[in-house]
Amino acid sequence: MSTIAPTLSPTHEARPTTGLGRFFAVRRNMILTVGLTLLTLMSITRLWTDEDPLTSSGTIGTALRLTVPILLAGLAALWAERCGVFNIGLEGMMILGTWGAGFGAWKWGPWVGLLLGISLGMFGALIHAIATVRFGVNQVISGVVMNILGFFGARYLSDLIFTGEQGGGVSQSPQQKYGIPKFDTPFFAGGELFGWKTPDFFGWLEEKHWFLLGDIGGIGKGLTVNLSWLTVLAVAMVPLTFWILWRTRFGLRLRSSGEHPWAAETLGVKVNRMRYAGLLVSGGLAGFGGATLAIVASSYYRQGQTGGRGFIGMAAMIFGNWRPLGVTGGAALFGYSDGLKLVASSSLPALFLFVTLVAGLMLIVSLLRKKMITVLTAAITGALFLTAYLTVKEVPESLTQSVPYVATLVVLATASKRLRPPAMAGLPYRPGEGH
Amino acid sequence: MADENNDTIAKQLDTGFSGLLKKITTTSNAGGLTTGLFTLASSLAAVVIALGICAVLLAVTGKDPWAAYTEIVKTGTQSNQLLEMMKRATPLMMAATAVAVGFKMNLFNIGVEGQYLFAALMASAIGTQLSLPAPLHVTAVLLLAMIAGAAWASIAAVLKVTRGVHEVISTIMLNYIALSVIQWLFENWFRDNSLELNIKTKALPVSGRMPDIVKDRLGGMFIVALFVVFLYWILVFKSRFGFRLRASGLNAGAATTSGIGAKKMIVIAMLISGGIAGLVAMQSVVGEIYGYGPNATPTQLGFAGITVALLGRHHPIGIVAAALLFGFLDSTSAQLQLAEIPSSIVKVIQAVIVLTVVIVNEASIRWLNKRTAEQTAARLVASDVTAGVSA
Amino acid sequence: MAKSDGVLAVELSGIDKNFPGVIANHDVDLRVKSGTIHAVVGENGAGKSTLMKTLYGMHQPDAGTIKVNGVTQHFRSPSEAIAAGIGMVHQHFMLADNFTVLENIILGAEPANGPRIDFETARTQVHKLAESVGTKIDLDVPVSELGVGKRQRVEILKVLFRGAKILILDEPTAVLVPQEVDELFLTLRHLVDDGATIIFISHKLKEVLAVSDEITVMRDGTTVATVLPSQTDRRKLAELMVGSELPSPEGRDSEIRADISLQVEHLTVTSPGQRDLVHDASITVHSGEIVGIAGVEGNGQFELCSAILGITPSTGKVLITGHDVTGHNTHDRRRAGLSYIPFDRHREGLMLTAPLWENTMLGREHMPQFNRGPLIDGRSARRDAERVIERFDVLTPSETVPAFALSGGNQQKLLVGRELSSEPKVLVAAHPTRGVDIGAQAAIWDEIRHARDAGLAVLLISADLEELIGLSDTILVMFDGEITAKLDPAKVTPEILGTHMTGGAVEAA
Repeated sequence: MSTIAPTLSPTHEARPTTGLGRFFAVRRNMILTVGLTLLTLMSITRLWTDEDPLTSSGTIGTALRLTVPILLAGLAALWAERCGVFNIGLEGMMILGTWGAGFGAWKWGPWVGLLLGISLGMFGALIHAIATVRFGVNQVISGVVMNILGFFGARYLSDLIFTGEQGGGVSQSPQQKYGIPKFDTPFFAGGELFGWKTPDFFGWLEEKHWFLLGDIGGIGKGLTVNLSWLTVLAVAMVPLTFWILWRTRFGLRLRSSGEHPWAAETLGVKVNRMRYAGLLVSGGLAGFGGATLAIVASSYYRQGQTGGRGFIGMAAMIFGNWRPLGVTGGAALFGYSDGLKLVASSSLPALFLFVTLVAGLMLIVSLLRKKMITVLTAAITGALFLTAYLTVKEVPESLTQSVPYVATLVVLATASKRLRPPAMAGLPYRPGEGH
Repeated sequence: MADENNDTIAKQLDTGFSGLLKKITTTSNAGGLTTGLFTLASSLAAVVIALGICAVLLAVTGKDPWAAYTEIVKTGTQSNQLLEMMKRATPLMMAATAVAVGFKMNLFNIGVEGQYLFAALMASAIGTQLSLPAPLHVTAVLLLAMIAGAAWASIAAVLKVTRGVHEVISTIMLNYIALSVIQWLFENWFRDNSLELNIKTKALPVSGRMPDIVKDRLGGMFIVALFVVFLYWILVFKSRFGFRLRASGLNAGAATTSGIGAKKMIVIAMLISGGIAGLVAMQSVVGEIYGYGPNATPTQLGFAGITVALLGRHHPIGIVAAALLFGFLDSTSAQLQLAEIPSSIVKVIQAVIVLTVVIVNEASIRWLNKRTAEQTAARLVASDVTAGVSA
Repeated sequence: MAKSDGVLAVELSGIDKNFPGVIANHDVDLRVKSGTIHAVVGENGAGKSTLMKTLYGMHQPDAGTIKVNGVTQHFRSPSEAIAAGIGMVHQHFMLADNFTVLENIILGAEPANGPRIDFETARTQVHKLAESVGTKIDLDVPVSELGVGKRQRVEILKVLFRGAKILILDEPTAVLVPQEVDELFLTLRHLVDDGATIIFISHKLKEVLAVSDEITVMRDGTTVATVLPSQTDRRKLAELMVGSELPSPEGRDSEIRADISLQVEHLTVTSPGQRDLVHDASITVHSGEIVGIAGVEGNGQFELCSAILGITPSTGKVLITGHDVTGHNTHDRRRAGLSYIPFDRHREGLMLTAPLWENTMLGREHMPQFNRGPLIDGRSARRDAERVIERFDVLTPSETVPAFALSGGNQQKLLVGRELSSEPKVLVAAHPTRGVDIGAQAAIWDEIRHARDAGLAVLLISADLEELIGLSDTILVMFDGEITAKLDPAKVTPEILGTHMTGGAVEAA
């Protein structure tokens, strides 16, 4: 849960500190404080309601698997908007990714599948880039068409290639023979090291169900047990994205194309080239996200496998204030609620209590700081969720699906002043017209 | 074999396109007619280019494009297929009109999908509760659908006007929220539990059903759809309100200084768009399955509507033509499958057509604007000279 | 103070620059000595900005030579000018709001190790630069959190970071409060002491006299004089700027009537974090009267008009023919008899891709003649457009061509025709003849006079002094958002007008 922390205070997010040491010093304290507080509240909730699945390794492991595709889609959206182009077509690029991965993994194994998924995602992005950057077509229009093209393109190719194969058809690929290897992390989750089975530290901790420590055990084990290398690679995209976009020349110039292309242009930045680059990375990440669905979450391509994750990725990006860590937080929040629903839907009402507790704490803190508007918001939220906790015994599954979307609208409607989207994202740019 | 075909197609394409352009631009006088003709020509050219691209695609994937295209034309022109085309064009016309109303003032209603599904459920659920004489009952169901669609769209309008939330984002999110809400409402309240298979709302009574034009082939909603497009034409292109709407879209600054309130126009446009969207699935509701069913009510029509609106350039005649074209292509898909050509190529062709159209559109408008400016200047010079001579 | 050692940092000679239909610069000579602050002064439209854009490589001159440090240059882009050591601080800052100060400064010239930006080196370098110009700035805050003064400092540092030795500052004091102006001048002095050369564009003569080593005056697209501050004063400069002869107002046959058509009382437009854009403005225009507003652009005229129209929120009162329309929307104000010729016909006036007849109807579409029930009577609207085209002599093949196809002058005539066709009681006319040829100008003036004689009240905003003095019955001067003077056009002299427009009188009073 600690990864969610930064999204709760978007304004701090928005101030990148450039000294790396200072950056982590300031940030680490904040993350730690907020993370530990939330964890404590979660632990109280768990003990109060006796709902162990809230932080069990099973829930967290599932949450992680569900988080990864959203995370990659969110990063894809982030790359596109940072270079100044809306990418509504993410869903279509993800679909192409799932198809490419399904096809490649079936024919030549998962790693080729991954590469093919990424390449097809990039191919979709290239079309979007040619339309929007080269020809100046409205970015929303091009994106909408990309989605349709991705969906039916994949269907056409499936019909062409998978129909008639064992287990394949117009809407799905044949089963892959083998997947990406998985592992348990040594010492943390009892993985093997040179044939020696190391102790399962987190697992031991989890089974004790102690206050706080039991939760740490569950979360720790969930994040380290039965890990796919592809998951590790996907999570590594977060620091990599951060490093490239906020630490390198290329990244600064790419972001400048999304903030003030005309200023960038007068300083010698090739804005259109940056936009092509940003979109290609975006498409690649979307394809990667699709590939994780076809290779890790299942072992074949299936029509509709993405299930709107391209859009949830956009939601995660908005929720995370257009920052990699924030996107991670958003994706984790959506992945966690999905995971809990899947593993233990009966535990869902306990989350109402958790939100009530968080609101209660916010109420106290804001009372002390005399921020009356926050007091009011916290009081109302708390009251609402307390009522929900006391009255709702079973959360309808159909409604929980809309959590990411409702959350995004709420954030946009209430915190828009604290959000910092790239200033020029979505607007057309033509060289030399800004003077 | 296939390559040869492509070559000739490409060549014809080339000469055809430039020849057409030359003809139109040299013979016409500057004005509305030219723009209309030019728009038509560039759209047609884009369709031809798109067919060329798809021919390459087919050839690359090992299918004979010529065979595919002849199959499409052959099956599509049979008389029963023409009815099928009109039937399939019906919801597309309405979805496209809903999108076009927004487009006319630079509002992107990506949320037609959610609006019409929500409307289909609400109209079915409430419609079965009414008891009215036949024509009134059907009308009431349609009105309910429009109100429900407008209500769902109003969320995005309110978010935009009061909180500044961009309608593209909010309508995308609202599409998914609509799916959840519909599922929840359906399962908990509106499902007809008397049936064994529990897959639909309670069926509409006979008084709430729309008669077919051609029994089981073409529903009455086809007429309604044409009427909606006609109303769109009157409302947006002919009425005072429509003038204000288009003015806001053409130049928001000029509209504001002329006393046209931007926020009010946003809300009204969004409500109209949502209202029309509410009718999209009504053919299914009042004409085919007499209710709403998660697996029976057609989906994806909202996005298809966006492509039809783009292809038709938001013009009523364009929308009808584009809807018929897409309906025509859709109607051939079953036959294609029999000819061992994956039917989804039809959808791919549609998407490629739209993408080509928007690109060609963007490029050609720049060119046309320049051309018109030059021609006007030239005509003025010419008239000055003649004026000078006569004086 | 000036360390002129005879070397010319910049030498422009015989520069011509034409834009379609407009001669922006003609035979311009500018000689800037190295290590000095050289001011270029002139009214709006005198050609200062065009000249500076030429020097900065944003466009190429049609004739003439550019020499930098004695070497002839042909800049094809700003990058080439930057490479030659020239930097420009634009009046509208070119800064990415969401970037930190440091990111904005180093963008495009980042010190790096491989692909990685070396932030520590960058930080040290920028700190050193900042120190050398005597300024302190937090490098890690986003620019959006800075005030205008600080932003300008960032722009200057950005230019210096690229190694510029010759700095062009376009109207740098236009957006600053007095203390910030003082700080800026201190900074400029620091820079010059370190060997930089500064070209300082302004119209505020007091500042120019205080800070510069030499002053070049531009008028009507050309340079008219170069003087030393010690050998001149504000009056002489103002006279050079405005020209020695002003037109005298034309006699009029009609009388100003007694009834008040437009009354603006204590109108104030605020702006968060900045000084008021319009402060406590009160204006009265009688029926049949033209009240002119003189002032250098950007002193609140736009906001004033926008507030009178009811677009920009404001405090105070607006009355049209005695009816209080405060709190009413634009539509109601227009129906009460208000009409508006906007500052920018493309942004606020015309629907460029729509046919002329739709354009002439815009804002009047509620009038009965255009309506048949809820529908627009297209034929009547086209007939009306024909009438406007005929009466206002708009050169066009027909009323169905799109507006973008017309020349600027004809677009403007169409716009004026539209606004006068609604039979207004009050016309707010902003630069009614801007960018139009002389023939069109005379025609528009005639129309405005004609309407005035028929009882129209006109509030005329213009940068064209000939227009202002020729048409107005009273001239108000706007400076820094306030109405600072009320002048009689029959008695006004160039120096009086120039002094008021450049803020001289305020400081004297």
